[in-house]
Amino acid sequence: MSKILEGVKYSPTHEWVKIEGNVAIIGVSDFAQEEMGDITYVDLPEEGDKLVAGEEFGALESVKASSDLIAPVSGTVIEVNTALEDEPEKVNEDAFAAWIIKVELSDTSDLDDLLDAAAYKALIEK
Amino acid sequence: MKTCLYDEHVALGAKISPFAGFDMPIQYSSIVEEHNAVRNNVGMFDVSHMGEVFVEGPQAEEFVNYIFTNEIRGFEAGKVLYGMMCYPAGGTVDDLLVYREFQKDHFLLVINAANIDKDFDWILLHSRAFDCKVFNASDKWGQIALQGPSAEDKLIEVLGYGEEAKSLGFYTFCDVLYNGNRLILSRTGYTGEDGFELYGTPEDIVEIWKKFIAAGVTPCGLGCRDTLRFEAGLPLYGDELSPEISPVMAGLGMFCKYEKDFIGKEALLEQKAGNIGRKLVGIEIEDKAIPRAGYPVETADGKEVGIVTTGYHSISLDKSICFALVDKEYSALDTPLSIRIRKKVFPGKVVKKRFYQTNYKK
Repeated sequence: MSKILEGVKYSPTHEWVKIEGNVAIIGVSDFAQEEMGDITYVDLPEEGDKLVAGEEFGALESVKASSDLIAPVSGTVIEVNTALEDEPEKVNEDAFAAWIIKVELSDTSDLDDLLDAAAYKALIEK
Repeated sequence: MKTCLYDEHVALGAKISPFAGFDMPIQYSSIVEEHNAVRNNVGMFDVSHMGEVFVEGPQAEEFVNYIFTNEIRGFEAGKVLYGMMCYPAGGTVDDLLVYREFQKDHFLLVINAANIDKDFDWILLHSRAFDCKVFNASDKWGQIALQGPSAEDKLIEVLGYGEEAKSLGFYTFCDVLYNGNRLILSRTGYTGEDGFELYGTPEDIVEIWKKFIAAGVTPCGLGCRDTLRFEAGLPLYGDELSPEISPVMAGLGMFCKYEKDFIGKEALLEQKAGNIGRKLVGIEIEDKAIPRAGYPVETADGKEVGIVTTGYHSISLDKSICFALVDKEYSALDTPLSIRIRKKVFPGKVVKKRFYQTNYKK
């Protein structure tokens, strides 16, 4: 059973988004890491990269497959969790602790399109 | 379709996906754990989906030698030989194992699950010119691959057959009785480690599987079967061999013997002489990004010269490596080649295809 944290938002492409003021902290959901299995590589964007909601900003690689990371919001990358370069398995260990990027939001209306915990739960149980 | 072991996979909580028309276990715990169990201890695979075709009759040897690239004349009963069946133009029908049985003029051909129908049609068609009979017995046999450095000890601990097992060298087999039925003990595998492949009746194979599970053998899915065979430099039909990819292109020329007549011989000889477009190589890149099948291979100046066929971040070697088909002028060892992975280009070079030092019993 995948863990679903309350109080954060989710994208239908399985990223989680935690809002702190004008900054979105983004990772992948526990469901996503479970589906992928052992994660061996995280392809990260760079600080200063501009993200467009709905577009790919990096990728997770498991032994078997590669899965694009899709920006749940638009904005500018202000911090990257570079520790994941050496320890990609952190995503498997705790998908909520292993944040991937922090983004300064350019358009807060993007948040309206995200799912709350209950709606995300319904999505993955479908 | 389901193999005889399907219910066991479900009971063990395997992740199951369709493969070659069968619902097969991809992994039980994790690909990495299962992979390491085989490299360091012992793991087992359900390979009951593989096909078994028997060929018998006065001209069985002559016939098998005509459709098979390797040389079976002079090879004794109890031995196993790897090779391919080819189309006249050199492309590959399948890669397979040929067992020379202990009964005179009897052979067992073990073929890939995805190709059973196609292969059997091919075999049947060509057998008509020879005095022999062919049978597709694929659904009458179950098969387990027990693989890893502790495979021999575990086999003897659980099933006995100590004398038989110890006497088998790599690529030999013997027949034993289990519940009064024939059980083939074959010292073969697809992992780069020592191990056995056991062929028996579906009922016996289920019973043997349960005994191995009870004795602590790690069940392993197709996920790590692919990572293991890849590291050991072994091709997978569909990726490194196909109707478009001949054994010579795939670097498997050592399994083609030209002192005899066989289907595809002239085309393969021509390719061997240099008339060949692409060759299969190993490439290692200097990064942890993973080259996947279908990604383009480029020269330093951005010219596309090939395509990745299988790639992983190798579990046993901690390197990002792949097999790729590249234009032959770029196939020499140490040739600098890059892989385009998503938007980035990762430099690397041509390396030997056997990435991992195999540990077969001599």
